[in-house]
Amino acid sequence: MRISALVTSITIIMIVFFLFREGVGIFKSPSVEKGYVIAVNKSNAVETLNSTQLKNIYDQEITNWKTLGGKSQEITVFRVEDITNYYSEEELGANMEYLPAKISEVLAKTPGMIAFFPSTYLVKNFKGKVLPLKNISVANFLGGTEWFPTAQPSAQFGAWPLILGTLYVSLIAILLALPLGLATAVYLAEIADKRTRNFLKPVIELLAGIPSVVYGFFGLVVIVPILKNTFHLDSGQSGLAGGILLAIMALPTIITVSEDALHNTPNAMREASLAMGASKWQTICRIVVPYSSSGITAAAILGIGRAMGETMAVLMVTGNAAVVPHSIFEPLRTIPATIAAELGEAPQGGLHYQALFTLGCILFIMTVSANLMAGYISKKKRLA
Amino acid sequence: MKISINQRKRYTQNIAFWIFRLLSFMVVAILFIILCFLIYNGIKVISWDFLTQMPEDGMTKGGIYPAIIGTLCLIAGSMVFAFPVGVLSAIYMNEYASDGWIKKLLNQMTSNLAGIPSIVFGLFGMALFVNKFGFGDSILAGSLTLGLMVLPVIIRTTEEALKAVNDTFRHASLALGSSKWQTTRRVVLPMAFPNIITGVILSIGRVSGETAPILFTVAAYFLPRLPHGIFDQVMALPYHLYVIITSGTNIEESRPIAYGTALVLITIVLIMNLIANAFRRYFGKKVKMN
Amino acid sequence: MHKIETKEINLHYGNFHALKGINLVAKENTVTALIGPSGCGKSTYLRLFNRMNDLIDNVEISGQVLVDGEDIYGRKVQVDDLRKKVGMVFQKPNPFPKSIYENVAYGLRVNGINDKKFIEERVVSSLEQAALWEEVKDKLNKSAFELSGGQQQRLCIARALAVQPSVLLMDEPASALDPLSTSKIEELIHTLKKDYTIIIVTHNMQQAGRVSDYTAFFYMGTLVEFNETKIIFTNPKNIQTQNYITGRFG
Ligand SMILES: Nc1ncnc2c1ncn2[C@@H]1O[C@H](COP(=O)(O)OP(=O)(O)OP(=O)(O)O)[C@@H](O)[C@H]1O
Ligand SMILES: [Mg+2]
Repeated sequence: MRISALVTSITIIMIVFFLFREGVGIFKSPSVEKGYVIAVNKSNAVETLNSTQLKNIYDQEITNWKTLGGKSQEITVFRVEDITNYYSEEELGANMEYLPAKISEVLAKTPGMIAFFPSTYLVKNFKGKVLPLKNISVANFLGGTEWFPTAQPSAQFGAWPLILGTLYVSLIAILLALPLGLATAVYLAEIADKRTRNFLKPVIELLAGIPSVVYGFFGLVVIVPILKNTFHLDSGQSGLAGGILLAIMALPTIITVSEDALHNTPNAMREASLAMGASKWQTICRIVVPYSSSGITAAAILGIGRAMGETMAVLMVTGNAAVVPHSIFEPLRTIPATIAAELGEAPQGGLHYQALFTLGCILFIMTVSANLMAGYISKKKRLA
Repeated sequence: MKISINQRKRYTQNIAFWIFRLLSFMVVAILFIILCFLIYNGIKVISWDFLTQMPEDGMTKGGIYPAIIGTLCLIAGSMVFAFPVGVLSAIYMNEYASDGWIKKLLNQMTSNLAGIPSIVFGLFGMALFVNKFGFGDSILAGSLTLGLMVLPVIIRTTEEALKAVNDTFRHASLALGSSKWQTTRRVVLPMAFPNIITGVILSIGRVSGETAPILFTVAAYFLPRLPHGIFDQVMALPYHLYVIITSGTNIEESRPIAYGTALVLITIVLIMNLIANAFRRYFGKKVKMN
Repeated sequence: MHKIETKEINLHYGNFHALKGINLVAKENTVTALIGPSGCGKSTYLRLFNRMNDLIDNVEISGQVLVDGEDIYGRKVQVDDLRKKVGMVFQKPNPFPKSIYENVAYGLRVNGINDKKFIEERVVSSLEQAALWEEVKDKLNKSAFELSGGQQQRLCIARALAVQPSVLLMDEPASALDPLSTSKIEELIHTLKKDYTIIIVTHNMQQAGRVSDYTAFFYMGTLVEFNETKIIFTNPKNIQTQNYITGRFG
């Protein structure tokens, strides 16, 4: 029995353990998949490269070694398939058996070359210089603006657009849901008569029971087309669509929690106010709502927490573009949606896999802090 | 004409109340619109065959039988795990643990667990059950993941149920010389049982609707047969719905199937919620969630 | 004309007959104490005068309640106005979660008064009347919750006085307080009598004896005896009254 009681704690500890074990792994490795190497000519002065630099080189955005602290020299980009530009098929052998040697040779011949190839092609007396690569840094992961986990040679793990996307959608959701939810809570707690209240409360709780895929489905076939037509968008799949959907989904939480808070206002407060000649409405505005403000804040934060973690609905209606969003009409992508969409394709144990776990850690931290904050705020008031 | 302060107060109040009434009914209207939309479109598709046939033609025709069975398997599997563990845990916290930091910690952990997003459970389930324990994508892995997810629901409802049992019954039983465990088993649990069941029903509703935790632990994209054992993959209603509206072979043609699936899904979930509500009302003491 | 008068008041909570044909009058600038065992209907009766019972579902009232000769349950009466005229102090101190100043100013503000200077004057005079001014004049902007229980109760009295009622209803105003605070409240009642008509519910016989001019003894929803306090306490006509006052039940 004691063990059962500990299951929740153990689960949390294990979640943290697994999430972080896999998630931290990514900071211990460079952004080039294991089994591949980056090599340059021996004369090259550049000692190491990080993922952004590598990407810029291969995207031809950096074309001279001087930019990277080397000699002024054109960069020649080399991938394995480029070998045919340098050697004929006979020279490589019928089964490409001379390929490794030739890679070594071409690298030695071309001073400005950078080569990306599988490490199995490294010959014994390799005539180039294998570059040690910088590990992916936390700052790079959190602050990087490009999420392109399958890029070659260097995957790009910039979680910033995803973090921003998550916050952005949740914010839209809460801005829409809070006024509506608070109004409903006030109506239920203070204005409605018993019968209306007893009818509406269960109905609203039902709203919480509808699965998120179903909401997503509804969003996809109803909300998205409406947005598309109203605002003449290329596609209605956008931050706004996600926000609206999440707002609908967050409503029950916000309503129930803030209704509870309003309900907990001592009757003595209400009576005292009414006995002074205040109207019911004045009592609500000036006494009941201020008195329950911490509970309402907690409700809002809980709502944000829920919205941040919501996966399926968001995945289906936000369009999933991993870019920093500039307007609510643009597609965006959230952390949970990224995990759901990409984990199936990420080979277990690989960089991409680890990166998704790192995203899981970030999400975990975001939601747990939201929950703790909500708990703290509502507890603080209870003492007062 | 000068209006008196009392009139002004009354006007403001009336206007404000009407606005609030309107907003509240808007919220309820949203729910009804969603429900009616899904029912209206789904009801045309539902038939006995739809419920009992395998999917056909790249999931654009046929039924959703394997998904229904899959979801039932997951419900059963997760409850087999979560029910005993959750109830025992709640009993420990409520009947045995003293009011010290341990209880506080357990409480805190339970509410934290409730706040973890379902996709994180999915990640965790994949890392632990699928990969570490080597269960592979299987009913076992999926059920355990879902079971952990609904654990807080069961713990909370059970706790409330136990708290609702008046202490006098406990004392009476203890005074007769029963041990604590006997008291709990023979007196407290039977009295709390209806409310505990409420928690189970609510969890079943939750389990049948969740997609994110099963994405990588059990759900099969297309598997037109019934599972052979707990290490088999299954289709599941929510994932099936997701698949046929986002990545099916022919999204347009599978629309009707999607409406049908959605309707089946919400029917299960809503019926579970309604039963839970009825239980609560019937057995008096209201069990609070959140 | 009497300040307050009730004629044949019957009140039902659903099926429960809580007040049974109460007739009572109170003269201006007197203190009337309502006494009686728990559950006999004192609070219910008190709450008739500012129509607080209206807030409860399922209440049915018949008979007349007159304040200054006017039936306060009449159709023309506006409850807001009535409640300005009939102030109330509750059993437990219940200040609002606001500053001391704002607590006292509340009644003025909700009744549409915005004149800063006027409000300030009224706040000061109300606090002075409630014998609280000296203790709080330096911390008017502090939260009302920082005051002691007795101070909070006097703040609630000041809050009620600020809208200048002519009747003050007090439901066991000192029952949650220590003896020192209690005696302060009693002194206060004494001085307030000059300007207000006060009805006070109390369980404390000595208190009723000390502060009131008239005493009404309630029992199971009926008004058993009503007379000058002196007479009730020295020479009650009814045996039940006598038993209650001498502490044989209640
Ligand atoms: N809201 C209500 N609904 C139903 N019955 C009520 C309600 N309020 C009071 N009663 C009943 O009316 C009777 C009188 O109540 P009231 O509060 O007036 O008593 P009281 O004399 O003030 O008692 P106490 O000295 O304990 O304050 C009691 O029997 C009580 O149970
Ligand atoms: Mg009373």
